[in-house]
Amino acid sequence: MSQVTQAPLGRPPVALAPTQPVRLNINGQDHTLEIAPWTTLLDALREYLDLTGTKKGCDHGQCGACTVLVDGKRVNSCLSLAVMHDDSHIQTIEGLGTEDKLSPLQQAFIDHDAFQCGYCTPGQICSAQGLLNEGKAKTEAQVRELMSGNVCRCGAYSNILSAVMEVLTNEGLILEDKAWSAGAANQNVAPVEPPK
Amino acid sequence: MNSFTFTQAMAVAGAVQDKAAHPDAAYIGGGTNLIDLMKENVARPTHLIGLKKLGLDAIEALPDGGLRLGALATNADTAWHPEVESRYPLLNQAILAGASPQLRNMATDGGNLMQRTRCYYFYDLATPCNKREPGSGCSAIGGYNRVCGILGTSDSCIATHPSDMCVALAALDTVVRVSGPNGERTIQFEDFHRLPGDQPERDNTLEPGELITSLDLPAKGFEKNFSYLKLRDRTSYAFALVSVAAAMELDGNTITDARLALGGVAHKPWRDKEAEAMLVGQPATAATFGRVAAKVLEGAKGYGANTFKIELARRAIVRALKQATEMNQVLDTNAFQNSNP
Repeated sequence: MSQVTQAPLGRPPVALAPTQPVRLNINGQDHTLEIAPWTTLLDALREYLDLTGTKKGCDHGQCGACTVLVDGKRVNSCLSLAVMHDDSHIQTIEGLGTEDKLSPLQQAFIDHDAFQCGYCTPGQICSAQGLLNEGKAKTEAQVRELMSGNVCRCGAYSNILSAVMEVLTNEGLILEDKAWSAGAANQNVAPVEPPK
Repeated sequence: MNSFTFTQAMAVAGAVQDKAAHPDAAYIGGGTNLIDLMKENVARPTHLIGLKKLGLDAIEALPDGGLRLGALATNADTAWHPEVESRYPLLNQAILAGASPQLRNMATDGGNLMQRTRCYYFYDLATPCNKREPGSGCSAIGGYNRVCGILGTSDSCIATHPSDMCVALAALDTVVRVSGPNGERTIQFEDFHRLPGDQPERDNTLEPGELITSLDLPAKGFEKNFSYLKLRDRTSYAFALVSVAAAMELDGNTITDARLALGGVAHKPWRDKEAEAMLVGQPATAATFGRVAAKVLEGAKGYGANTFKIELARRAIVRALKQATEMNQVLDTNAFQNSNP
């Protein structure tokens, strides 16, 4: 009868570091989690709080599917440890709007059919919300550049651009029309009608 | 990831002591590179010391007219700081040319200096790499080395430093302030990163346990004539194949002061002071720029897949200097596209 050893390669088992408490305010609710220090913010949201809207895509900060807002700023939750965010305010896709009252961006994504598969969309919307919070993008070209942390191969980028531009336009955050229309001509994307 | 413990440091002295007390500890600021390396098993610290509550995130004026960037200020907050935008636009452009908005919101200024090479073999535990495992060999020499260096390389390593921000910091003559077990000291930026030599595992000249506390910019920011030109395989969110930070002062068409630093070509941001000196007193013409570019690339060596970088860098230098002279870049409404004219 063969004997099974606990650790591979004859090495002694490694003692795991103890868990530690972390206080997080997520979508307006306070939580205290008792977690291992290597738990990423992404895993804390999904595995401990059942907030599965935030997606684990590449898990290396390259695709943006895990984007959430920490104290109003967008970050890759896969490249951040939950223990680094003690006392932070975190907003996920679940906290942007409600089923009865979607956020303007969520509504614009529906209106413009700006959906990729469900995997990328929550990160795209959270990233767009961060872009709005930053207030730096005033032209289509700038929206494209400042959304470049969200990568997907589904090809819905042009409709996402339309959705984001509509919200920027409605909130009065874009430059005069010609600035971004000129960009649109180069980008081969139809400009969004400015509000009447 | 390996198992590790985590403590949040509340003071610089405490962080330095904590590092000394744990042999395999690492500081963590934004963590955007370190956590990735830990997931890949390239970095295996047994203890992390969180820095975000040290309060080193201020950006403030210095008495000599310079600007102090706190080591824990984020790359995004630095790039968009009004003083950086107006007085050090080269730095603003270099930071915004790098990474993605999400990463720039997390990554810190001190951490930017500490990021490690993205050479494929450094990340691939199945292959030899002298930087990851000293003495194991270099897989990039004779391997797939499109992203590797052409200047200052050695038989041990041809990896490049991946930062954009550091190229601008090198050109601007930044001073790095550090705190360690033996107190505080300053390091000139050009002395901070090392060439690989036969110790490529050492990226910089920090002593064990030393912590970067600030990056001090001198008063001169070259806000009138500058260019950060970044050439890469796609328009956004990619590391530089070659980048050039060029900055000048002009009297009419005569160059009175000049700075030139390259990214993507060496183990450190590559600054050539002899080439800079060749610019001073000369007319700002294509002929001048061509001579200077040839001087910078004089000792360049290609390794096959990256040999194209020699000609690319030569032309990029000429173009960046020309852009800096003419300042025909649209800076107000389309700032993000500057690096890709």
